[in-house]
Amino acid sequence: MTVEKRHAIQPYVDPGQRGTHTAGGWRWQDRWRDLPPGGTVPVGGTSTHYLTGGWRSDRPVFDANACSHCLLCWVFCPDAAIELDDGKVTGVAYDYCKGCGICAYECPKQGAMTMEPDTTAPDNGEAAI
Amino acid sequence: MKRDSSRVALTGNEAGALAMKQVRPDVVAGYPITPQTELMQQFAKYVADGDVATDLVLVESEHSAMSAVIGASATGVRAMTATSANGLALMWEMLYIAAGYRLPISTMLVSRSLGGPINIHCDHSDAMGMRDTGWIMLFAETAQEAYDNGIMATRIAEHDSVRTPVMTVQDGFITSHTTQVLSVLTDDQVTRFVGVYRPERSLSNFEQPMTYGSIVLPDYYMDIKRQQADAMVNAPRFIDQVSEEYAELSGRRYDPIELYRMDDAQVALVVLGSAAGTAKDAIDIMRERGVAVGLLKVRMFRPFPHVEVAEALSRTRAICVMDRSLAMGAPMGALAQDVATSLVTGRRVPPMYNAVYGLGGRDITIEDFQGVIEEAAEVAVTGAPKAAVRYVGLRGNEE
Amino acid sequence: MAEATQRPDPGAEGATEIRWHARGGQGAKTASTFLAESAVDAGFHAQGFPEYGPERMGAPIRAFNRVSKHPIRRNTAVTEPDIVIVLDDTLLETVDIAEGAGVDTVYVVNADVTTDRARAESLRKAVGDARCYVLDANAIAVDEIGRPIPNTPMVGAMLRVTGVLPLDTVIEAMSDKLSKKLPPKVVAGNVTAMRRAFEEVTQL
Repeated sequence: MTVEKRHAIQPYVDPGQRGTHTAGGWRWQDRWRDLPPGGTVPVGGTSTHYLTGGWRSDRPVFDANACSHCLLCWVFCPDAAIELDDGKVTGVAYDYCKGCGICAYECPKQGAMTMEPDTTAPDNGEAAI
Repeated sequence: MKRDSSRVALTGNEAGALAMKQVRPDVVAGYPITPQTELMQQFAKYVADGDVATDLVLVESEHSAMSAVIGASATGVRAMTATSANGLALMWEMLYIAAGYRLPISTMLVSRSLGGPINIHCDHSDAMGMRDTGWIMLFAETAQEAYDNGIMATRIAEHDSVRTPVMTVQDGFITSHTTQVLSVLTDDQVTRFVGVYRPERSLSNFEQPMTYGSIVLPDYYMDIKRQQADAMVNAPRFIDQVSEEYAELSGRRYDPIELYRMDDAQVALVVLGSAAGTAKDAIDIMRERGVAVGLLKVRMFRPFPHVEVAEALSRTRAICVMDRSLAMGAPMGALAQDVATSLVTGRRVPPMYNAVYGLGGRDITIEDFQGVIEEAAEVAVTGAPKAAVRYVGLRGNEE
Repeated sequence: MAEATQRPDPGAEGATEIRWHARGGQGAKTASTFLAESAVDAGFHAQGFPEYGPERMGAPIRAFNRVSKHPIRRNTAVTEPDIVIVLDDTLLETVDIAEGAGVDTVYVVNADVTTDRARAESLRKAVGDARCYVLDANAIAVDEIGRPIPNTPMVGAMLRVTGVLPLDTVIEAMSDKLSKKLPPKVVAGNVTAMRRAFEEVTQL
């Protein structure tokens, strides 16, 4: 019985072609042995490295003159993307803002937060899924 | 060897509770179910009396019990629980999670049949239902073994190279509710043996934060599971180290399997749990009558000691693997499947068949074992089992 | 009428097997437990276990013991008892107390046979030619403990008849176990009841 020469079992090739990938100084590895046990994420705050600003098609524009600093936009923002300083709203973290429009909807003051079309995207270091 | 232990009369449940107390878990979550209830009750009494400083959480279901224990363990403390049958079944998804997250949780299973119809007595259907969950599983024949396993389990689970949860199993009612003699260690001895569990990395380490429970997509999931499988495959070596240390302390040495009169055995019985004791008495009787029969008792069921099992059975002429549960729709029961696979891997397959016994707590007697041995002795001669699966002790004969 | 059976099992050599018949609430389970504990205290190997079914106060139940000089390995029911203890003689009407008994089985029965001749006759019928001992344990229990819970005096009677364990060892184990649940006066009453039974048990 002749057996055709076949290839040996090949290792998995990541379709994203991500050989190694840094997030906060920690590197994914190519070998299963080197992965963190149990699939745990062995560092904290990794969500800050995931820039979701590229998801939006509208962006909120902040006008400090119209703002009464009631902080409702900050309370309701699902992405913690409203920036504060010393208890006052200073702007929007556009790296993370997904453009959902809740801040503009909740704002009681005319013109403090308005939605505009936005075709720009933040400079992402990683591809967003 | 130091033999600093004392001889007491306890039920399996009392022995289990004592082991738990001496291991000093930081957190125990509890929910009652017969026949485990007395074990938890006794442990709760230890807590109430101040004999152990455990945070005892009485939860609303077994699913919650395992969830609570997983949460606690992830914060880097020693967490334990105990259950039976339908309680174990209710925590099914959490068992996979505990093992997948590599948490060193020790749990005591007091084996009981899974309902449908409801039955509170012993069989192994609950234990078999969890055999693929990734837990290490140790079976006890007696209250002594249940106690010893209960102490070693913590060390095994917490071993750096293992990091896998451990289920210690004792037979419901037969072991759990039978007062019997055993030797126990002092609180100090156990404290020193298990040590303190304070892992470097856990949710409590705020200097080096980490996350449990994030989603893992197809690009990494399989690799992480491969890693988990590797730990299971390599565990026997470390389990052996723990057993060796325990033997020095207690004078009792435990191996993955126990062989009884197997050296020259032509016929072999393979058994898990309390029926092994009855089998030994029956074997002595049949040996007197000239049957070269021996017993292979499996103690470490997961990871399955396939090399040792194949080696021990390779020279026999007939093997009867006895299952105390049904693997509905499979050609043979769970234990028989593992033995068959071991023999295939070991590349020597003597005639082998399955005998199902003791479902729902039905007693298996000396006479029953004698019948099994006689039939197996015939198979050793003919090479042909009567059927792939035989049933011991049914109403009305099969023939 | 009981059919005497031979006992061919050499594996049971040296193990004394005991079966208790009682009704739920009469203390058979507790007694089988402290009997096992006393056996261990006395340096023997032992098992003590009840049979579990739908228990209710008053329903017939059974409990078992094995006592042996050698390690007991079998984890199976006692089917051929050497000693049968009956805590409630009304069970004679519903339960075959002689089931599995052999020619040498000894019975210890809680019954008042002095005033109740009919009871004595039905008892003799149930056990056949076997050695049978009787005691009015209820009366002793009421005297010494205040309630007709016959387990402790029946243990006393059984120890006198069979000599399977020393009385004082069993009294110690029993007191230890009962004092976890009962006040000292009641425990002392149980001790007295056991000693009285030891003296007063008679042959049928």
